[in-house]
Amino acid sequence: MVRDGFKAAWPICLGYLPIGLAFGVLAQKAGLRPHEIGLMSLLVFAGSAQFIAVSMLSGGSSAFPIIITTFMVNLRHLLMSSALSVHLSRDARPLFLTVFAYGVTDESFAVNTARFREGAWDSGRALVVNQFSNAVWVLSTVLGGYGGQFIPEGSLGMDYALSAMFLCLLVYQLRGRVYAFTAVISGGLAIIGAVLIPGNAYVIIASLVAATAGFAIKQHLRGKAASVDPS
Amino acid sequence: MTHPEYLILVLGMGIVTYLPRWLPVILLTQRNLPEWFVEWLNLIPVAILSALIFGELFVSSGSRHLDFLNTKSLAAIPTFLFAIKTKSLGGTVVLGMLLFWALERVL
Repeated sequence: MVRDGFKAAWPICLGYLPIGLAFGVLAQKAGLRPHEIGLMSLLVFAGSAQFIAVSMLSGGSSAFPIIITTFMVNLRHLLMSSALSVHLSRDARPLFLTVFAYGVTDESFAVNTARFREGAWDSGRALVVNQFSNAVWVLSTVLGGYGGQFIPEGSLGMDYALSAMFLCLLVYQLRGRVYAFTAVISGGLAIIGAVLIPGNAYVIIASLVAATAGFAIKQHLRGKAASVDPS
Repeated sequence: MTHPEYLILVLGMGIVTYLPRWLPVILLTQRNLPEWFVEWLNLIPVAILSALIFGELFVSSGSRHLDFLNTKSLAAIPTFLFAIKTKSLGGTVVLGMLLFWALERVL
């Protein structure tokens, strides 16, 4: 079980390493010590929010605006946890779910939904993916805080690991016309939203609208099919 | 920033990040959700993935400008085709990294 989890999580870890190191270096420049960096990574475990927090800290921001921004940036996990809940074991204990929820990120969500779809995946394996990527994230940020500047930037295209992983996971999700339609709508809205709206709220808006549009199309197609073939 | 203040900051950040992750898992798992809601939720992953990728590839994050031709988007086309063809996650990640690395050097 643990091995399956590791196997599924390695692309995430490969992607987290350069981002984590970069975050560590930035955080150190903003005046945080390695144990403070590790504490933030452990408690928050959300890449983009942590980058924003550190840049706000260097800009002299107080705690409250940073917390509010973090909340906005990470609200998208609400959708991911909802979509994941459909797959989680019905007899999972609340404690398990509480631990599991901690590790829901863009990356673990994408990998786990793909695996759940394929079958041969369960809550335990999904938890290994979450926790393994969390460990790599915390360690790489702390390492960055100790002197990640010695690691050459952009080594071997590691900065692209997560983008490539998302592209392949998107391919896994394109399982028919309705899914392709939803992807196109969401992608188009995301481009418009990313230009118009500061921050990453566009991810939530584009996803909600596109999923609803996709669902409407599905209903429409179903209605058409029923009128042709009333079986 | 002093130490207790930093503790409050990261605790606050942790709580507001954790709640949206935790609430749906606790509230929705083990519940019989209506069919339409499950069908709608099933479209959420493809929508989120697409939104994340398109936003990242075609809009420069700092200035929020459209940027259709950049190293990331150019590397994405062969990477995407390779993913369709092979369905191999590991292969796609390695190929994407190599393409991006090469393009960074050429462009």
